[in-house]
Amino acid sequence: MTLLTRRTLVTGGALGAGLLLSGCDRLAQQPAFRRILFSGETINMGLQRALMDRNALAPEFTAEQMSPVFRTNGNSNPNTPDYNRHVAENFANWRLDVGGLVDRPLRLSLTDIGAFPQRAQITRHDCVEGWSAIGKWQGPMLGNVLKAAGVRNSARYVVFTCADLWSSAPYYESIDMVDAFHPQTILAWAMNDKRVSVGHGAPIRLRVERHLGYKNAKYVMRIDAVASLAGIGLGKGGYWEDHVNYDWYAGI
Amino acid sequence: MDDPTAPRQLPDPPAPAPLPPQTTGLVYRHGLATRIWHWINAVTIFVMIGSGIGILNAHPRLYWGQYGANFDHAWLDLRPYGSILRSGWLTIPAGYNLAISRRWHLLFALVLAFGLLAFMIASLINRHFQRDLRVRAKEVGPRHLWADLLAHLRFDFHNPDNPAAYNTLQKLAYVATIFVLIPLMIFTGLAMSPGMDAAWPWLIELFGGRQSARSIHFLAASGIVLFVVVHLTLVILAGPINEVWSMITGRWRLPAPREPDPAPSPLPEPEPAE
Repeated sequence: MTLLTRRTLVTGGALGAGLLLSGCDRLAQQPAFRRILFSGETINMGLQRALMDRNALAPEFTAEQMSPVFRTNGNSNPNTPDYNRHVAENFANWRLDVGGLVDRPLRLSLTDIGAFPQRAQITRHDCVEGWSAIGKWQGPMLGNVLKAAGVRNSARYVVFTCADLWSSAPYYESIDMVDAFHPQTILAWAMNDKRVSVGHGAPIRLRVERHLGYKNAKYVMRIDAVASLAGIGLGKGGYWEDHVNYDWYAGI
Repeated sequence: MDDPTAPRQLPDPPAPAPLPPQTTGLVYRHGLATRIWHWINAVTIFVMIGSGIGILNAHPRLYWGQYGANFDHAWLDLRPYGSILRSGWLTIPAGYNLAISRRWHLLFALVLAFGLLAFMIASLINRHFQRDLRVRAKEVGPRHLWADLLAHLRFDFHNPDNPAAYNTLQKLAYVATIFVLIPLMIFTGLAMSPGMDAAWPWLIELFGGRQSARSIHFLAASGIVLFVVVHLTLVILAGPINEVWSMITGRWRLPAPREPDPAPSPLPEPEPAE
């Protein structure tokens, strides 16, 4: 009798757990609960911003601590006719457009980008999937480029539009002004003391070191200062944010 | 087992009053803070394990050190168990979706962390920690632990003199979970956040790198899964209705007095004085 009760309980418990799990999925479809579920991003961002100095630096490493192999991920070659032409020309005719809410829109060649004061940093790249790789990145601070373009006070975000197409729309990402003017946020044209390879985002990859990998956009073609993310893509601030609900705040 | 030269093996404290031990009726066993935290955690741990396995499935390899990816040496590669780890009954959500697993995990992580903090403060104030969870030196001696283990194997979980008190193995399991495993989960979780690594650089150093923190996170989670399995088993063995009801109302029905038992008593009998 007792054993039967126990067995019934164990079976009931397992069934209950299964029901609870499928209940979780049904719950997550409810708009009201989904808002609660997605509020974790806002709370975590608020807590992290409160705990962290505006210019607190991501850990930097020594050359001996670098990953022997830095794997690629996501798109490893945009492979569009325009991009392939730039690769064939070694990016000699490629230009980076800086526009939006700026007083002096810029068209920068790789030479122009190399003429800004440079910052080199050995940092850890953390993929949202869980792996990490340590590499060296070099380029001008995004903040200096934005200052050169005369970014306006009305700008609240910086949007990066990329050469790689995802279901025929360009990959894009965005960061706010705190991260845009962070000293480690650079437009990297060199990785591990060589020009950034096609696999890693040639000719320019954004490094925004307090965020996960998907925020570090490859193949950056355009930079726009904007007041709002509404109307760009699906309005959530990035390709993965729009299409699979990744957190816009990728510091977690 | 009895050693006449060991005088300090006696179970104490001595019964405070010559009242006959209370053998029936209800005793108030679980404070309000304990009960609230227990049920919040029952949901939270369930969500954290399910969504955590969902996140692990994105890259089911574990490394030691600062970095680690596909070309680096993994100390544990769970890909051979992928079909189990991706079972719909094990993960939140049921189908693989890293973004939604992370949404569940990182929201309920806040509940876990701030819930533990609130429970710790409440349990210091209502003296639950000092009264019920303090492990005395003599309790962790090998002789006492052995006796407690034998008692568990006989499904005898209660000291007849104080049946509502936690036994030693139970206390150690609670202490390890509350003061070691859950704090390790929280801090290794924070150490994996690139934002927190900038805010608190000492955190990642404490664990020897982000991939080490991720590995420790996995090991501590395995410890919590083990705790949950043993906990639920013992609830069933100890009488599930009384145990669950007491965690709702706080009131626990004392076990019926035991029949005279031919088996030896769980603790060594006190030596006669003199």
